[in-house]
Order: sequence, then C-alpha cells, then structure tokens
Amino acid sequence: MNGKAAIGVLALQGGFAEHINSLQSIGLSGFEIRRKQDLSRPFDALIIPGGESSVIGKLLDELDLFAALKEQIDGGLPVFGTCAGLILLANRFEAINIAVKRNAYGRQAGSFYAEAEMKHIGLIPMVFIRAPYIEWVGPEVEILAVVDGHIVAAREKNILVTAFHPELTNDIRVYEYFHDSIIRPYIR
Amino acid sequence: MDNRRYELNKNLAQMLKGGVIMDVSTPEQALIAEDAGAAAVMALERIPADIRAAGGVSRMSDPKMIRSIQDVVNIPVMAKVRIGHFVEAQILEAIEIDYIDESEVLSPADDKYHIDKTRFKAPFVCGAKNLGEALRRIAEGASMIRTKGEPGTGDVIQAVRHIRLIMSEMRRVQSMKEDELYHEAKALAVPLDLLKFVHENGRLPVVNFAAGGVATPADAALMMQLGAEGVFVGSGIFKSGNPAKRAQAIVKAVTNYNEPSILAEISSDLGEAMVGINENEIQLLMAERGI
Repeated sequence: MNGKAAIGVLALQGGFAEHINSLQSIGLSGFEIRRKQDLSRPFDALIIPGGESSVIGKLLDELDLFAALKEQIDGGLPVFGTCAGLILLANRFEAINIAVKRNAYGRQAGSFYAEAEMKHIGLIPMVFIRAPYIEWVGPEVEILAVVDGHIVAAREKNILVTAFHPELTNDIRVYEYFHDSIIRPYIR
Repeated sequence: MDNRRYELNKNLAQMLKGGVIMDVSTPEQALIAEDAGAAAVMALERIPADIRAAGGVSRMSDPKMIRSIQDVVNIPVMAKVRIGHFVEAQILEAIEIDYIDESEVLSPADDKYHIDKTRFKAPFVCGAKNLGEALRRIAEGASMIRTKGEPGTGDVIQAVRHIRLIMSEMRRVQSMKEDELYHEAKALAVPLDLLKFVHENGRLPVVNFAAGGVATPADAALMMQLGAEGVFVGSGIFKSGNPAKRAQAIVKAVTNYNEPSILAEISSDLGEAMVGINENEIQLLMAERGI
C-alpha cells in the first residue's frame, strides 16, 4: 500500500489514537486535528472517531472547526466515521442520507461483539460500544453490513460509516477498503 | 465475567478518553454537564466537598436518584460504591449502570478486601495512587483506573503526586531487565503478567484518568500534560460560581491541553473557583483508603 495519503483524524475526544495506530499498521500516516490551525495542513481524507457524539459535536463548534470541515466534506473529501463519527456525519454534517438511532442497543450492558459479513470485504470482527444503528437509508446509499436485522455499515459516495469500531480490533481490512475504494480514486 | 465482556468494558473507557467526567447530584446538573460537553457523568447524592463537610458514613446513592439521571442524559452514567461493598455493586449492575466507581470517596465497607470485579458484567473504575494499587485493582477486574488525588478539596497536589508517581514507576519498570521483573512483582505485590505488560508497553493495560482536586482548566491541562488520558471533575464544577461556563472551559482544556493560547482564552472570566481546602488543613485523607 502506498504511504502517500495523509489522513487527518479528528482528535477532539474519544478513540482517535486507536485509529492512528490502525492507519500506521497499513503504512498510512494519520495526524491529529484538534484546532483550526491543524486544518492548514493538506490532507486527503478524514476519520471521525468514536467517543461521545455530543462532546465532539460541541467541540467542533467551540473550536470553530465545523464550517471548514463541512466545506471540505461537501467538496468530496473521503471521510470514514465510526460510531459517534457515524452520528455526526449523518446528523451534523448531513453528509450521508441516513437516519440514525443513537444508543440503539441501550447502555453498556447492551454492548457486544459480533462477527459478520461486510460487503466487498468478507467476515470481519465488529465491536459495538453503546452503539447506534442505521434505521433508514436514502436511495443513493449502499448498505455494507447488517447485524441482527439492523444496518451497521453504509457508504454514500465519499462517505463511509460503521456503527462498530474497526480500530478496536486487529483486523485492518475496513481501512484497506476505505483506502483502496474511496481515498485512492479521490486522489487521482 | 468472560474475556469478551472485559474487553468491551475496557473499550468503553477508551471511548471516554480525551473527555471529562463530571460529578452531578440532580437531573438538572446532569443536563448542564451534558450540554457543557461532559463525556460521562458520575451520579452521586453529595459531591465530595459536601461529603467532607457533612462527615458521617457516606454510602451508595439512592438508585431512584441515579435512575432519574439515567433518564435524562444520553451520555454514560457512572455511580459510586463503597470499597469492598459488592452488594452495592450488584444493585448498580441491576439498574444497568454504565460504570461502577469503587471509590475511596465513600466510607469503605471492607478494610481488607476490594470487590472481586471479575464476577460482574458491569465495568469498574478504581482509584490508585501508585503503580502497585493500579495493577492490583486491574487484577481484581477493574477496566479503568483513575488517580485518587484528594477529592473534595480543590487542591490538585495529591492528584499531581499520584499521576507523577504512577508515570515514573512505569518508566522505571519499562527500563528494567526482564529477570528483574520477578522481584519487582513481589515488591509491588502485583501479578507478573500485568507487570510484564507495563514493561513491554510503558503504560497500564487499561485507560488511566486523573481525579481528585481538579478545579480549573489549567489543573485539567496539567493532568493531561503529566500523562492522564482524561479527567474526572467532582466538586470543582458545581461548587464554583458559574458551573456551565467552567465545565465547558475544562472540556476544551482537556482537548487542547498543549495549547497555552487556547488555555489562556478559556481560563479568562470564569468567575469564582471553588474555595478549596489545602491538603495540610484537612482531617481526612480519603486517598489512604483501600490500598
């Protein structure tokens, strides 16, 4: 895999370090975005991590990051959102046409692990932590994974979302998919 | 508790990293905290400063009060049990609490044994003031650690002492020769496999937050710069002049702990901080509970 793509990882709160480690393990470099100055560096893709969507959403506004990121996302920047990142891409950035249910499996007692099929990839481990799921998708959205009848991964154009956390497993195939199918065509 | 559940519980703590966990006593305070950007709330009837002032035995909060907070917020809700009081923990597990804090802030129920946390499905966070305490709590099943600090004082000195000690002990273990670890495990009274993890990785096998005496954005940033992965703020917020504003400022300070210009801006005009008590003025050192 080429190491050319620079990937910004939104590092306001949550599991951003785990994403950067996963990127490293496939030879990609991720850098933290914590404040507006961090956006002056060019990047080819963005990851919005898990954490608490209300915290990250608030800090996006308070640190004056929202408008600048929204412009880039609307302009076609490849973005991968996990868990809270999924919620923010759907509800705040309105970058993917889906309806999301927050804390869909209830409290921590409802958190679970599953192995399920992800389209274009195969059987992968999925870690759900107080996770959301997708209740409805628009006509342009490709459904990528379904667990127990609920949609847990989807893609619309440059936007990839999972309700689960690939960064909490050693399986890097979701990152490879993101790189090969979404980032690479965009760089070209 | 099976391994899978333990991993999921450690994973929840990972999702709290870079965040602030705030003590709240009412649903109204919980909403203020959530709105200000709390990553989780700790539901307790009396915040540590009031426990300190009231004296007497302090216990797990009324489950009805905890439920009233669970009902109004979307973020995780934690609550405290007395050290060693496994029945209080069973009760909190029954109401599906997101995290149980086996806490020295409450009066200990057992002066010898901590809760066997491996028997629970619910996750536990425990306090520690040195590496030995941290690894013993992890061996008992804790999936998250926080420094003890000295709760309810608004004096950060103990939290600084504890995080510095844990970090420096980990650096020391990391630099040891492998054959020295056997003796070190004995000296610290900790399991060898956990000590080996620290030796190889230079960090705890679970997330480590700072707690106990954090009252200002600068305090929170100090703890982050010293190596904490997030911060608990207890009395510091709702004992201050403008809780919502101070809470927001502490949240931002934890994200941009390395940016003095941002810290300067958010530290401005926050109103009265909690009055606080100096370490040497207090009668009761909560940090000495549960070793």
